Amino acid sequence: MAIGVLAVQGAAREHLEMLRRLGVEARPVRTAREIEASDALILPGGESTTIGKLMARYGLLEPVRQLAAKGKPLLGTCAGMILMAKEIYAAGKEQPSLGVMDIAVQRNAFGRQIASFEADLEIEGVEGGPLRAVFIRAPVISSVGQEVAVLAAHEGRTVAARQGNMLALAFHPELSDDTRLHAYFLGMR
Amino acid sequence: MAEQSTWRSKVGLAEMLKGGVIMDVTTAEQAKIAEEAGAVAVMALERVPADIRAQGGVARMADPARVKEIMAGVTVPVMAKARIGHFVEAQVLEALGVDFVDESEVLTPADEQFHIDKHQFTVPFVCGCRELGEALRRIGEGAAMIRTKGEAGSGNVVEAVRHMRCVQSEIRRLARLRPDELMAAAKELGAPYELVCEVAHGDKLPVPNFAAGGIATPADASLLMQLGAEAVFVGSGIFKSKDPAARARAIVEATTYYDKPEVVARVSEGIGEPMAGLDVAKLEEKDLLQTRGW
Repeated sequence: MAIGVLAVQGAAREHLEMLRRLGVEARPVRTAREIEASDALILPGGESTTIGKLMARYGLLEPVRQLAAKGKPLLGTCAGMILMAKEIYAAGKEQPSLGVMDIAVQRNAFGRQIASFEADLEIEGVEGGPLRAVFIRAPVISSVGQEVAVLAAHEGRTVAARQGNMLALAFHPELSDDTRLHAYFLGMR
Repeated sequence: MAEQSTWRSKVGLAEMLKGGVIMDVTTAEQAKIAEEAGAVAVMALERVPADIRAQGGVARMADPARVKEIMAGVTVPVMAKARIGHFVEAQVLEALGVDFVDESEVLTPADEQFHIDKHQFTVPFVCGCRELGEALRRIGEGAAMIRTKGEAGSGNVVEAVRHMRCVQSEIRRLARLRPDELMAAAKELGAPYELVCEVAHGDKLPVPNFAAGGIATPADASLLMQLGAEAVFVGSGIFKSKDPAARARAIVEATTYYDKPEVVARVSEGIGEPMAGLDVAKLEEKDLLQTRGW
């Protein structure tokens, strides 16, 4: 079972570390071939415009769409979630994306960096009490399609959702010490 | 309970910028070129370091109107520079809503004794360093990101290399010490003991460590990444070159694929003349920017 963490830009190392703590050796992936060889993929946080442009230039969008089409587990956190969404609202700008998950997202929905925050979140399907979630210039899921289950909300706004084997999170579980969401992701296989 | 602007959320933004290129811009139009090229963030300023160096005079925080215009032009994070010790410039930048403040030696220092108490701010800070002790002093004051200083506006990578190598080798040295040797190391470095222990334990800085000052080519960016930088700042190197859009894009790609020479080779082709650059060894002490701050 090869788990890849997309490492074209952003916080890939933190995801690799979380998986390592769960006893799983994952690897950073940056080429089409490495993505194709993955049985599950994490799209980390970072700058979604940068990651999207690099994926488009280096032919990485299609291999990830193929993984999603085959039902391989995909996890997107923050920028990764934005890249997975079918619709992106960001001041009317076009940006390259995967468009594999039937959700609409709004970028920087809580404001700029000075509005970044941590909050306790109850997540559907994650046992053991609330999880401390770190939101950084975070997006929200503004609407979901019929196939999508909402897993968590903060102040009434959707911040976690699942569609089949795709999990989208507006926050950063990889920046906390709590491995439960990564364990949940591994359980999706 | 929701808690705004925690240490984790500040350092977290720095983590999100890893593997990216932060570009100096002076107008909204340049900011758009940078974003289009794939910059992870832009640094809003009045004049790029090469012009500050050439024109002289006191270099200050940019006009707030300029910063706002740049913020309105892009969706990527916007950073801006405050003078060393000028906590009011930092307050102004925070009030404008910038995403990161650079307490920068590129501007004329406002205080030769004290740096800004960065813990007091909601906005995260990045600070420059030439060696590990300086990095840890800035982190002690609340910097959520460190960048090695290099020599800004020189177009010459030699100082950036010197500073990155120095920080990395000092980190490796600490990691090899016995616990009972760390207090003496803290004394030598002039750095907070707790942070020295953290570095010794983690074998890395407690916050992301980026490189800056003199990076002008895709190969320069790859060099600093291979020496241990987690991302790069490019100041004058882009908008002082012949073809900024092409060079910006090439530097972004060389930073992502820094360990793949065939990619660095391909993106370096036909991107026009780089900025001219200076021989740093021939600069007089008074003309060095890196010696500002301590």
